[in-house]
Amino acid sequence: MSYQVDEKGYYGDFGGAYIPEMLYPNVEELRSKYLQVMQDEKFQEDFKNLLKDYVGRPTPLYFASRLSEKYQTKIYLKREDLCHTGAHKVNNTIGQILMAQHLGKKRIIAETGAGQHGVATATVCALMGMECIVYMGEIDIERQAPNVARMKMLGATVIPAKSGSKTLKDATNEAIRDWINNPVDTHYIIGSVVGPHPYPDMVARFQSVISEEIQKQLKEKEGTTDPDFVVACVGGGSNAAGAYYHYLDNPKVGIIAVEAAGKGVHSGESAATSALGKPGIIHGSKTLLMQTTDGQITEPYSISAGLDYPGVGPMHANLYQTGRGEFISITDEDAMKAGLELAKLEGIIPAIETSHALAIFEGRKFRKDDVVVVNLSGRGDKDLNTYIDFFNL
Amino acid sequence: MNRIQQKLQEDKKLLSIYFTAGFPEMNDTQKIITELAKNGVDFIEIGLPFSDPLADGPTIQQSSTQALRNGMTTEKLFEQLQDIRKSTDIPLIIMGYFNPMLQYGVEKFCKKCQECGIDGLIIPDLPVDVFHEAYQSLFEKYGLLNIFLITPQTSEDRIRYIDSVSNGFIYMVSSASVTGSTSGFGEDTRAYFRRIDGMNLKNPQIVGFGIKDEETFKQATEFAKGAIIGSAFIKHLEEHGTEKIAHFIHHVKPLT
Repeated sequence: MSYQVDEKGYYGDFGGAYIPEMLYPNVEELRSKYLQVMQDEKFQEDFKNLLKDYVGRPTPLYFASRLSEKYQTKIYLKREDLCHTGAHKVNNTIGQILMAQHLGKKRIIAETGAGQHGVATATVCALMGMECIVYMGEIDIERQAPNVARMKMLGATVIPAKSGSKTLKDATNEAIRDWINNPVDTHYIIGSVVGPHPYPDMVARFQSVISEEIQKQLKEKEGTTDPDFVVACVGGGSNAAGAYYHYLDNPKVGIIAVEAAGKGVHSGESAATSALGKPGIIHGSKTLLMQTTDGQITEPYSISAGLDYPGVGPMHANLYQTGRGEFISITDEDAMKAGLELAKLEGIIPAIETSHALAIFEGRKFRKDDVVVVNLSGRGDKDLNTYIDFFNL
Repeated sequence: MNRIQQKLQEDKKLLSIYFTAGFPEMNDTQKIITELAKNGVDFIEIGLPFSDPLADGPTIQQSSTQALRNGMTTEKLFEQLQDIRKSTDIPLIIMGYFNPMLQYGVEKFCKKCQECGIDGLIIPDLPVDVFHEAYQSLFEKYGLLNIFLITPQTSEDRIRYIDSVSNGFIYMVSSASVTGSTSGFGEDTRAYFRRIDGMNLKNPQIVGFGIKDEETFKQATEFAKGAIIGSAFIKHLEEHGTEKIAHFIHHVKPLT
């Protein structure tokens, strides 16, 4: 059994392309060309060069000795926070901007929650001289002001999404509508492993540079390519998909996915999709989805703007359903404490998204000789105000 | 023969009206259907509201949000429709997104439609190939037609494929857009209408998106069998409630 996508775009029961006919030509064009484009020699060369010289890859795999000592296991941090723009998101936007160029597109649209994907998209658009429109929930615009300013400096137009919960899911709806209205010259850079096939697979492939590097770096440090566990936070799940990618079909490596429980899984203010969701359709794919019994999508909550999405990517839905992945929910409070702890123990201020992944060590025990790689998906500068308010700093 | 197929055989241009169930008031559904049928509308599309209607523009999305706030659910819509065939014979189509149907149970949904006398479904985010593989026989079992959309970007091969799995009409989206976003039809759009008309498809075409008055109705039906009004009617309901429906309809399609 493989946990990779099948040729129809499904991961087990999940995935597919549930899209209105208005989007069919765009999605079909991408589906029929993406693998071929990605295998193109020139594409590979450009992609690798930009990742190396512009993004700053490979990112270090850092052995966190003080954290390891505290939790009595061997913890490595994959430092995606050291990527240009401050998070793993740029791996994907570099790939997709090159894809857009190969497809002859002139205009780029994107959605963003925390703003990391918006900044990464605005950055590559500036790099390539392409028009950039970023949809962002009105509430997220307020709580992620520094990232909004960054996008504007980079020349992007930020359009507030004012419908629904005014967060990531609504920004995604608005971006999809823009694409429907501009079917010919526009490429939609989706920021996570969500959306209709081929997006989940394409984004996972661009992010798979993370697990590819972990393999090499761990071999040097531990003499093995395989850790005992790979841990990552999951909103839509792109950093997680990248960290798991080369280990999906390797049963020796445990996969741990960490979701945002908000104020508690059953508090009514949560984004823990695996615990609360049922199979359904959101943004063009069949996946696990938080919804009412009537099939209306419910509004998620998390202190972290990057995790308050009511679904997960179809790859993750399949990892959950088949039991391949262990899913853990972490509350706002526990995540914030773990973020502060990493700052004090290792001198690294993580994004609050990542803090969720770091928080598992309080409750999930590992053996002393286990090698646990945590994907440190982004840095916490954008979250300083949230940290300040929470801890009265 | 299904009521939709019968109506399509009439020798005239057909007017279809879309409204969102549960809007403006929770219990307006029956009244709106009765008024539309009485005033010479040919088909009615009843919108099952959805929280995230990504093919719709702001007008229809807001009506859906309001309907959900009013308490509209799939079950309540079927309750409102259970006696509808006692008062009208007009072809009725439910238009909605796939997730609420999936959660209700697709077979149970189809069965309920049959019990209420629904003739067809429009599900914008259920792709034709998924329908063909997984649901076509179920729809046939309950006597439901499934109406597919085509757009100016749909390839000829795909239009012919859609035509081959359709048994009612083809919903011809007038331009690349979400609902409620165009004003009047330009030369490109008319050329597209003419091109599709020239394909001699087995199913007639009904134009949707961008029709709001007598002029746009006439333009849209120059090369097509009929046209659908959605957002413009929702705006009318927003402003006037259910009181002046006759006035709206006669404004689009004067009594002849």
